[in-house]
Amino acid sequence: MNIRKIITQVERTHSEMGRPVDTAKSIAMAVIENPYAGRYADDLPALIDAGAQLGDLLGRAALDALNCDAQAVQSYGKSALVGEAGELEHAAALLHPAMGAPLRAMLGGGAALVPSSKAMGAPGTIIDVPLGHKDAAYVRSHFDGMRAQINDAPRADEIIVAVALATTGRPNPRVGGLTHEDAKGADGLR
Amino acid sequence: MPEPQIRKTAVIIETIHHEGGPTAGPPQRKAACLTVIKNPFAGQYHEDIQGFMKDLEPLGKQMAQQIIDALGGDASIIQGYGKGTIVGAAGEIEHGALWHVPGGYAMRDKIADSMAIVPSTKKIGAPGARLDVPVTHTNASYVRSHFDAMEVGLSDAPKADEIVLALVMTTGPRVHARVGGLAAEDVKGEDGLR
Repeated sequence: MNIRKIITQVERTHSEMGRPVDTAKSIAMAVIENPYAGRYADDLPALIDAGAQLGDLLGRAALDALNCDAQAVQSYGKSALVGEAGELEHAAALLHPAMGAPLRAMLGGGAALVPSSKAMGAPGTIIDVPLGHKDAAYVRSHFDGMRAQINDAPRADEIIVAVALATTGRPNPRVGGLTHEDAKGADGLR
Repeated sequence: MPEPQIRKTAVIIETIHHEGGPTAGPPQRKAACLTVIKNPFAGQYHEDIQGFMKDLEPLGKQMAQQIIDALGGDASIIQGYGKGTIVGAAGEIEHGALWHVPGGYAMRDKIADSMAIVPSTKKIGAPGARLDVPVTHTNASYVRSHFDAMEVGLSDAPKADEIVLALVMTTGPRVHARVGGLAAEDVKGEDGLR
């Protein structure tokens, strides 16, 4: 895997609509070379393997940016943004077959599906990473997202791969539903 | 003037291994600290705004330290810096200019070799606006390998009555610098220029 650059961004919200809050989320992004750029390939093992490596690497980078213990992480999400010489399936190869297991291992668990998004884009395209509770997908306060962009990526033959983590739900959550405190976390849903 | 009201803070770190060319030495790192504050002058013209520069000083120091910490805690590795502001639509560009003194000296106070002026930019913007923060060498503005920039921004700021304050530091030259000019190792370091 050829990594051109790694970017981390951590955001802490101290007040929202004038009310004091304390929320934190982070995103780690790798800009990698797309080994299948410009050609069709039936099988995509190089990207599946890169996905496995990035699950661990980006998970650690995002955790490092949050500056907390892995146990404090409550939400996660992942995304890929493919440059124009690639195809959407390249994002799927990175995200779905092999990325989740090392990410969960790094966090010490995660019963819920890792929510994901994928898109094609040019340098500077916004990447929206969905966030969901890592043990119970129905926790409503934790339906969230994190947005980022890299002005010089992805170039045509590149892919941005992103992992986002959060230690809390949204600021001022108040639309009901299952709460973090009431989640059982056994089946990944509730 | 009250102390700045902070809504959110962000730290962004870029680690640049290469840009399609040969890799040599450690990767270049760039880091930015952004703070979203309420603009105390939003919505109407105020003649006297200078007092707010003093109020921003503690925040400037905090932000400079956050960047140094994000880059490992050793200020002596910093080679480039820059600063900027994005002022929400209910403010004016002059409000952004209040950041020059507290933002710049906050970094220069923490970086030993910092004779050079801190390059800066500012604009009016809506939430999601991006700012290209210029970066130059900390001790000699003419060091050509260190003419650089970092693009920063936040999807939800600045709201109309807010200001995004930005500081940026870098640990080295552009990753494949090769257009000549004054080299960092030839800096005299007397006038901040050469």
